[in-house]
This record gives sequence, C-alpha cells and structure tokens, in this order.
Amino acid sequence: MRNLIDILDLSVEEIDELIAVGNDIIDHPEKYREACKYKTLATLFFEPSTRTRLSFEAAMLELGGRVLGFSEASSSSAAKGESVADTIAVVSGYADIIAMRHPKEGAPIVGASKATVPIINAGDGGHNHPTQTLTDLITIKREKGRFNDLTIGLCGDLKFGRTVHSLIAAMSRYPGVRFVLISPEELKVPSYVKNTYIKAKGIPYEQTTALENVIEKLDVLYMTRVQRERFFNEEDYLRLKDCYVLTPEKMAMAKQDLIVLHPLPRVNEISVAVDDDPRACYFRQARYGKFIRMALIMKLLEEANK
Amino acid sequence: MNIDSIINGIVIDHITAGKAMQIYNMLNLDKLDCQIAIIKNAASNRNGRKDIIKIASDIDLDLGILAFICPTATINIIRDGKVIEKRNLKLPERIEGVLRCKNPRCITTTEQEIRHIFILTNPETAEYRCMYCDTKASN
Repeated sequence: MRNLIDILDLSVEEIDELIAVGNDIIDHPEKYREACKYKTLATLFFEPSTRTRLSFEAAMLELGGRVLGFSEASSSSAAKGESVADTIAVVSGYADIIAMRHPKEGAPIVGASKATVPIINAGDGGHNHPTQTLTDLITIKREKGRFNDLTIGLCGDLKFGRTVHSLIAAMSRYPGVRFVLISPEELKVPSYVKNTYIKAKGIPYEQTTALENVIEKLDVLYMTRVQRERFFNEEDYLRLKDCYVLTPEKMAMAKQDLIVLHPLPRVNEISVAVDDDPRACYFRQARYGKFIRMALIMKLLEEANK
Repeated sequence: MNIDSIINGIVIDHITAGKAMQIYNMLNLDKLDCQIAIIKNAASNRNGRKDIIKIASDIDLDLGILAFICPTATINIIRDGKVIEKRNLKLPERIEGVLRCKNPRCITTTEQEIRHIFILTNPETAEYRCMYCDTKASN
C-alpha cells in the first residue's frame, strides 16, 4: 500500500508530477469534479488543526468524494485509551483513504502498519508534515517558476518546526540551492537535519540570529511560528516567542522578487502590515495547499486501485 | 586472579572497560543458567584495561546489539577448550526490541506493546535512529 509519511517517500519526479496535476486542477477545476466520486476520506485528527483538516476535507469534496472523521482526540476512542493501531485498523473498514494527524512522532508509521487503505501523514508532532511541504513546493514553483538556484531563508523555530525540516530535505535535492538558517541559539536546526541534508550534500549554508542582516540575499523567506505546544517549559516559550517579527521596514531591505511563505497559523511573527505586500505569499500558499492535496489524494487512490 | 578456562562456550573479549555489565544486561545473560564469568578491568596490551565475559554455554548471541554497544569487542567460540572460531562484529541494519527510544514525544512512549526499532543511519559513526521519530539512539 502506498502511503505518504515523509516527503522523501516521494521522488523528485513524483513531486513534479503532483505539482503539474495541482496546477492543472487550478486551471481546469471542472475536469476533476467527479474524480473521487463514491470515495471516502477519513480525517483522523488526534490533535486539533483547523487549517490542515479543512484543506483535506475541501480537497476531497472538490473531487466529488465524501469525508468523515474527528477533529480532536477527545471526540475519538483515543480518549478511552484505544491505540493508534486499533483506531486505524477499524477506520480502514470505513474509508478509502486516511489523513491522520497525531501529536506523537511516528504515529503514522504505526497507523500505516495496520491500515488496509493509504495513509497520509497530516502532521506527527514536531516530526513530519509532508503535505505542508508539498504546499510549500507548489507555492515556490508557481511564484518563482523553479526550484534550482534559490537562496532560501528559514526563520524562527528551526528546531521543533517540522515543516522546516521537511522543506530542507525536499529542497536539498535540487541543484544550486543555498540555505540561510535564521533562529535563536535555542531553536537552531537539529544537527542531524543539517548533517544529513545540507552538509553531506555539500550545500552552501549560513546560520545567523539576525534576519535583518541576511534578508537582502534571499529569494524565498520561510517564516515560522514558535509553537507553544512543542515546549515542556512555559518560561522558554515566553522568552522565545517574539524573537522575530517581519515588518515592512525589513521587507524594504529585501529583493523585489522575494517571496514570503509561512505554514500558518501566524501569531505575530509577520506584521499584518506586510500582508498587502505582493511578495507576501502565505495566503495564496494556503489556497494552493488544497490543490496539491487533491492531486495527492487522486494519486494514492489510483495506486491503491492498481 | 584465576578464572577457569571454559571447555565449550563463548568468550567476549576486548570489551571496553566498564561496559561488561551493560552487555550482560542487554544480552539478557542473567536469564541463562550456565556458568558466566564477568572479568572487569583485566590487563590489556591494546587498551590498558578491558572487560571480558565468559559464557560456558553455546548460545546464539545477538552480535548486532553487541556491535552497537561495544564495536571493539571480539567473539571467540570455544570447543573442547580450544578457540575454533573468531567472529567479527558487524553493525546490523536494524536493532529491534533491545534499545528504547528516549524521546518523550515518540509514539513508542504511549502505544501499547509497540516494538522499539532502530535503523542504522550512519555506519561510520554507528549511529542508529528510532524508526518512528528519528531520535538518535544512545547506548
């Protein structure tokens, strides 16, 4: 059974193919209105995430399919102590494909081991979030027209930010990419991510704590939120949560063709005053996320039916 | 100090000094009912000091986990009082059910009866990572 647990489960060619289908859906939505007729997507969200869940549900509905599921663990049998493996084994009998989010890292691997239908990882703790990475990639492709020869700045929580790790892994496969890692000392990219995807591939990178010192070099700026739920210690969260704020003054120092991405939700790391800047792509990015999820659902269902 | 030579069994030699008890525990040697000798801080030409474990039984050892805990160790198979085979240690591609993931955010901390599995991610540094959450294993 083909699943999507980690962005690296997809080859570069498969990502290109998904982006091409996603773009075709944007241009010709009527072609896909019944692509998943009579199929059911289960959205199992053991941890709340309005945006990702609605994106998946909107994607399936626009493909003519149906959706069922739950939006938090307290409204599922997990609250009674049921294991992830058992929940997935049961839901496999009710749906044709499952998108699951779970606060524990690796939960989708456990789920996939018991599933008889494709599993999509919709986020597992601070670990992976491959459909957000697909969303990031389709946005970069649409807004910049390429993946190669880009200087990509990643800013904020680079330690617990799973979307950052997945984006580094995905972008490290393209030639001419450079990374600029902008974070406080406590929230630096984990060394294994840096070693595996940047150093081992000889990709140029720099690390800094000051966004304003490097913003002028960037083609892509990926902002992230410092997430309260990833901290065991409230004091650390409060100390670090406002470490970066993107303002119009900082944007004035950036290239005219910079694109600013953010996985959302935003708290205050991007000033609302930046929203009207045409370089601010994050709301378009969220919209593209639905289309790339439509492409993914179609691909996995097609492969499951082979 | 004199420890009798074994007639049939296994000698784990060249264990880094101080690691014998960890190996004893991880290989579940306490479950065996044969004679076992643990020699700590024996003189070693190579390292100054070493630990040795002698097992007076022909058991099937998990050499993979042994390679992870102590890659310098050597295995001697003894028959009729003679070394008939020396086995080299090779890091296994995966280690199952021996190490435990220490990441409190890992699914292995909550899921019932889940088997802890670690995958070899860097043979040069003997680095293993949890199959579920990618956290580095520590020995």
